[in-house]
Amino acid sequence: MSARTSLGRTIAAHAILLTYTMIALFPVFVIVINSFKSRKAIFADPLALPMPDNFDLVGYQTVLKQGDFFLYFQNSLIVTVASLFFVLLFGAMAAFALSEYRFKGNTLMGLYLALGIMIPIRLGTVAILEIMVATGLVNTLTALILVYTAQGLPLAVFILAEFMKSVSHDLKNAGRIDGLSEYRIFFTLVLPLVRPAMATVAVFTMIPIWNDLWFPLILAPAEHTKTVTLGAQVFIGQFVTNWNAVLAALSLAIVPVLVLYLIFSRQLIRGITAGAVK
Amino acid sequence: MGALELRGVTKSFGSTEVIKGVDLSVKDGEFCVFVGPSGCGKSTLLRMIAGLEDATGGDILVDGKRMNDVAPAKRELAMVFQSYALYPHLTVRDNMGLALKQAGVAKSEIKVATDRAAAMLGLEPLMGRRPAELSGGQRQRVAIGRAIVRTPKLFLFDEPLSNLDAALRVATRIEIAKLHRELKATMVYVTHDQVEAMTLADRIVVLRAGRVEQVGSPMELYNDPANTFVAGFIGSPQMNFLDAASLGLPAGKVGIRPEHLTISRDQGEIPAEVSHVEKLGGETLVYARNPQHGLLTVRLFGEHDFEVSEKVHLTLQRERMFQFDPDGQRRR
Ligand SMILES: Nc1ncnc2c1ncn2[C@@H]1O[C@H](COP(=O)(O)OP(=O)(O)OP(=O)(O)O)[C@@H](O)[C@H]1O
Ligand SMILES: [Mg+2]
Repeated sequence: MSARTSLGRTIAAHAILLTYTMIALFPVFVIVINSFKSRKAIFADPLALPMPDNFDLVGYQTVLKQGDFFLYFQNSLIVTVASLFFVLLFGAMAAFALSEYRFKGNTLMGLYLALGIMIPIRLGTVAILEIMVATGLVNTLTALILVYTAQGLPLAVFILAEFMKSVSHDLKNAGRIDGLSEYRIFFTLVLPLVRPAMATVAVFTMIPIWNDLWFPLILAPAEHTKTVTLGAQVFIGQFVTNWNAVLAALSLAIVPVLVLYLIFSRQLIRGITAGAVK
Repeated sequence: MGALELRGVTKSFGSTEVIKGVDLSVKDGEFCVFVGPSGCGKSTLLRMIAGLEDATGGDILVDGKRMNDVAPAKRELAMVFQSYALYPHLTVRDNMGLALKQAGVAKSEIKVATDRAAAMLGLEPLMGRRPAELSGGQRQRVAIGRAIVRTPKLFLFDEPLSNLDAALRVATRIEIAKLHRELKATMVYVTHDQVEAMTLADRIVVLRAGRVEQVGSPMELYNDPANTFVAGFIGSPQMNFLDAASLGLPAGKVGIRPEHLTISRDQGEIPAEVSHVEKLGGETLVYARNPQHGLLTVRLFGEHDFEVSEKVHLTLQRERMFQFDPDGQRRR
C-alpha cells in the first residue's frame, strides 16, 4: 500500500521535473539542432531535426575560419575561472570574518557588503571605464576579472556568511585549543563543511560572467581580449545576420560552461550526501 | 600543577552582563562541577577559562599565573565539548595527535602518547577510522582521548555526556571518574545532571544568573544549603517548600526533602490529597496537594499503594527541615 503511494508520488514528481527540464532545455535544443542545418532549412522548419538532406556544417566552418575563436574561448575561460576563484576566495574570507568575529560595526559592514546585490554594477559603467582608462587596464583581461570579482562578491558574501554561521562553534574552538591558526581553521575545518554553498555560489557567479556582453564590449573590445559572447557578435549584422555561424558559436559556447557546471554540481551532491550520512 | 583561580571575573555581551563577578579557587587535582539552570553562564565561564572568550573584567589565574591574555593553545588545557567537535577530515589517531603535532612534538612521541590514551579508553581498534564511522559513544571517548593526549594542567568538560543515551552515560561517567583518579589532574566540569554533579564532584559550584550562589562538597550543599535556590537545585526530586507561618514558625519558607516527609492515612500535621503516584520499584514517589502549601513530594522506600484523590496526612521530620527567611536566605 505505502509502496504503491510512494511509487505514484515518484512518478508524479518525475513527470513535473521532466516537464520543467524540457521547457528549460527547449531553447538550447533548438539552438543546437539548427546549428547543424543549412540556412534555408533553418527558416523553412526551425523545429526539424538535422537530416541528411538539410545537414550542413557551414556554420561551424565559418566560425572556425573566421576570427580567432580559440582565442576567444581561452579569454572567456581565463576571465570566468579567475573571477570565480577570486569571488570564492575573498567572498568566503569576508563571510568567515563577518560570521565568526564580533567587532564594532559588524552588522553594518555585512549590510554594506550585501548592498551590491541590489545595486546593479552596470550603473557604474562610466566610472569603471574612467578608472580603467586612468590605470591603463582598458583592453586587458585583468579589467574584466576585476569587474566580475566585484560583481560576484556581494551575493557570495551574503550566502556564505549565512552558511558559515551554521558551522559548529565547538569545532572551531576545538581547533583553537589545539593550536590551529585562524587560517588553518578557515581552510581545513570551515571551508570543507560549506562546500555545497561554495558550489552554489560558483554556479550563480559563473553563468552571468560567461554570458556577459556588456563589459567585454565596453572594457575589452580589442581583438586579442574578445570573449566568446562578444566574438559571436561579428556574425550579427545590422542588415544581414549569419544565423548558421551565430548558432554554431553559441552551441560551442555552451560546452565549457557545461563542463564547469558538472564539476560544481558533483561537489554540490557530494556535500549534501556527506551531510546526510553524518 | 593546575590550580585555577578566578578573581572578580565578569563578562558582558554588548550591554548585557552575563557573568557578574565570579570568585573561585579550584585546588590542584580537584574535580569541580558547575551546575545551574540553563542560560546562567556555565558554558560562558568555561569558555573564558579556556580563553575562547575574553573576560570583560577580573583575572583568570592558573598556578598563580595570569592567563587573561594567553592564547587558548598556550594555556595547557584541554576541552571536551558536548557536540564532540572531532575534526571530520582526520582519523581518530590524527584527531588525538593534532595538538601535539601543532606544538611541534616528534612523531614517535606523539605515537606513544596517542597509544597510551587509546589504551586507557579502549580505542585501539578504532584508531584508523574517521569520526563519521564511529557511534556517538565512541566519538565522545575519542574526544576525551584527544584531551588526555595533551597531558594538560586543566581539563574542561562542557556537558560531555548529554548527547549519550542513559546506559552509555553511566558507563562514560564511571570512566571519567576513573580517569580523574588515574591522572590526578584538575577538572572543571559543566553539567545539568544532578547525578553527574553529585557523583563526580569534589566540589560543586552552583551558579545562578552569572553569580555563584554557593560552593561546597556535594554533601555540604545537600545537608547545608545557603538559600532556597541551592536547596531547590541540589537533590532530586526537588526539595519541598512550605509556608513557615502556617506551621507556627517565623515568617518565610520551610524546606524539607521528599525523603524527610512521612505519610500516614490516619494522622499527621498536614492534611493533603494524593494527586499522583510514581512507582519506581525501589522507591515510590507520592505527590500530594495541600491548599496552603501546594504540591508536596513524598519519597518512600519500597512499594506502597496510594490511590489518586485519597486523603492522607503528612508529617515533617523537624530535625531535618531547613528554615529560610522571606528573602530566601537560610536562617542559622
Ligand atoms: N555570543 C553571545 N552573544 C550574546 N549573548 C550570549 C552569547 N553567548 C551566550 N550568551 C548569553 O549568555 C548567557 C549564558 O549563556 P551560556 O551558554 O553560558 O549558558 P549555560 O549556562 O551554558 O546554559 P546551558 O545550560 O543551556 O548550556 C545566555 O543568556 C546567553 O543568551
Ligand atoms: Mg552550556
